[in-house]
Amino acid sequence: MRFGWEDIPKETLVWMYETMVKIRKFDLAAEQHFLRGEIPGFIHAYIGEEAIATGVMANLREDDYITSTHRGHGHMIAKGADVKRMMAELYGKKTGYCRGKGGSMHIADISRGVLGANGEVAGGIPIAVGAGLAVKFRKSDQVVVSFFGDGATNRGAFHEGLNFAAVYNLPVIFVVEFNEYASTAPAREMIPVKNVAVRAAGYGIPGITIDGNNVLEVYETARMAIERARCGGGPFLIEAKTYRLKGHFVGDPELYRDKREVQEFWKKEPIGRYEAFLLKNGILTKEDIEEINERVDKMIEEAVRFARESPYPEPEDALRDLFVDDTGYDY
Amino acid sequence: MLLEISSLMIPGMITEVIHMGERIITFSQALCEGVLEEMLRDERVITYGEDIAKQGGIFGAYKCLLGKVGDRIFDTPISEEVIYGSALGAAMAGMIPVVEFHFADFLFTGITAITNQIMKMRYMTGGQVSLPIVLRGPDGVAKSAAAQHSQSIETIFMHVPGIKVVVPSTPYDAKGLIKSSIRDPDPIIFFEHKALYKIRGPVPEEEYFIPLGKAHIKREGADVTVIATSRMVHEAVKAAEQLSKEGIEVEVVDLRTLVPWDRDTVIKSVKKTGRAVVAHETWRRAGWGAEIASTIYEELFDRLEAPIQRVGARNVPHPFSPPLEQFMIPKVEDIVDAVKRTL
Repeated sequence: MRFGWEDIPKETLVWMYETMVKIRKFDLAAEQHFLRGEIPGFIHAYIGEEAIATGVMANLREDDYITSTHRGHGHMIAKGADVKRMMAELYGKKTGYCRGKGGSMHIADISRGVLGANGEVAGGIPIAVGAGLAVKFRKSDQVVVSFFGDGATNRGAFHEGLNFAAVYNLPVIFVVEFNEYASTAPAREMIPVKNVAVRAAGYGIPGITIDGNNVLEVYETARMAIERARCGGGPFLIEAKTYRLKGHFVGDPELYRDKREVQEFWKKEPIGRYEAFLLKNGILTKEDIEEINERVDKMIEEAVRFARESPYPEPEDALRDLFVDDTGYDY
Repeated sequence: MLLEISSLMIPGMITEVIHMGERIITFSQALCEGVLEEMLRDERVITYGEDIAKQGGIFGAYKCLLGKVGDRIFDTPISEEVIYGSALGAAMAGMIPVVEFHFADFLFTGITAITNQIMKMRYMTGGQVSLPIVLRGPDGVAKSAAAQHSQSIETIFMHVPGIKVVVPSTPYDAKGLIKSSIRDPDPIIFFEHKALYKIRGPVPEEEYFIPLGKAHIKREGADVTVIATSRMVHEAVKAAEQLSKEGIEVEVVDLRTLVPWDRDTVIKSVKKTGRAVVAHETWRRAGWGAEIASTIYEELFDRLEAPIQRVGARNVPHPFSPPLEQFMIPKVEDIVDAVKRTL
């Protein structure tokens, strides 16, 4: 570990472990129940990328904002969302965060500053920039973090968004979850630079490339970028290199990559690495780790039970929630 | 693109009856006054877009704001997707953004932020957030602005659910509707026809609001109902005056808003006249007039004396050369002919 982890409070170190485990187990359960036909639509697993959401969110306050992606369960969980209401949303139930109107890809918890997962690649970037504008006008010290993948850095919204944030010196941290694949397209074929962090330089924004599977490195980098933004230092881009260990969506035949490549990357997955670090440095014992895993297992089982047992919305509820007052429209 | 505003003046566009002592101002002034009043009232209202903060907008519609609202008016880079998308983020984080789209044509350059984000966010999140956003700016035919600076695309926003659509025709309506729009808790798209910015009309000094979804009967008549918005309201009134000389009395209904649209007023009027024409400057094919016409057929099929007629632009892009443009866009004569076809 390159950074001075000794300065990180123990409770934060433990919180990060538990959060990563929670994200992993949530997505494993979602995958399992999707394949059993219980969850409609599509889901995109964050498995293998847990260190990024966790390391960043460990530095955020509840009143800070984030924008998330189609692969957004990890961001919600790390920002403190309730896994029961999350799972219920995946199941399309009335008790879900969006009352069954959004599903996995549009899950949001506005009260915790999660300004939505997003079904559109780079769709969250302009939203994050707008939240940054609001913060600036209110002269508050909140920050905004926008998460997106390597594919998003090829979209106009990324370039417009970085430029806009730089022009107005907005407190927005752009986090690229560089997971090597945009759906079926390998980054090495679609992105002509090795590190997209260099793209930030074109907008006068500092950009840094880090190991996104090392939660401590993510934590330290995010802490610096977030503190800087809180003090008026402006936008920052963090490129966190990681690997999408599962398909683009659950059920993806994955014809575009070699299984051996995936197996190689499983060796670098973030939770095992962090667990080894925690044990080696005596921060957690084997028993602690078992206890955490068991506790999270129960929490996820409970979430699945809650989702299964919750009622579906009434069909007519489809005609609510478009406008603040939905009466009188020709729905 | 800079346009000489005076070149857009269409003579004889004052359709309001003006009484002695009333204050007469332009559409631009009325609109700007509405925005200014709301900005002075509520610090959360911010306004931004291209070419507005130094020059007051490409057509000068924002001149009254200059120097009065501090940094709450600002110019942006030419980045439509982030201009519109940031309005959503700003609204979700507690502001009331009033964003200028420069030309309606350039809504297309950032349209995903509107149709996929702004218009769906409240619904997708199950009503977790209200989104007081106003997107406003010029649309419509100017003189020879050609294919990428002349379009009226309000139908698109009537078709895709999730935004309220405002299309004012007079200075009075512009002010009353922009104030209601800024106070509305939902996203609004507000189209100001370029040819209307300079028209003058009575606007009281006292504060007033015009509710969304209330049509205005511009002219009463017993024979045929013409339903129009924006610039075409003025054309419809002119057509009605011509037809009146021939003994045909036309009732002109200005819808003022398309989402929601005032079904009751339209149905009531057509019940009375038994004949209807819908007139808009946007393309005739699948233009919003078709929706109004279908609704009238559904409700009043057996009360209609003749098939409903539709007036709209020919289904080609806006050509540059004046005779081509004149041929392509709907005019007073087209409304007169359409009315006669119902008789």
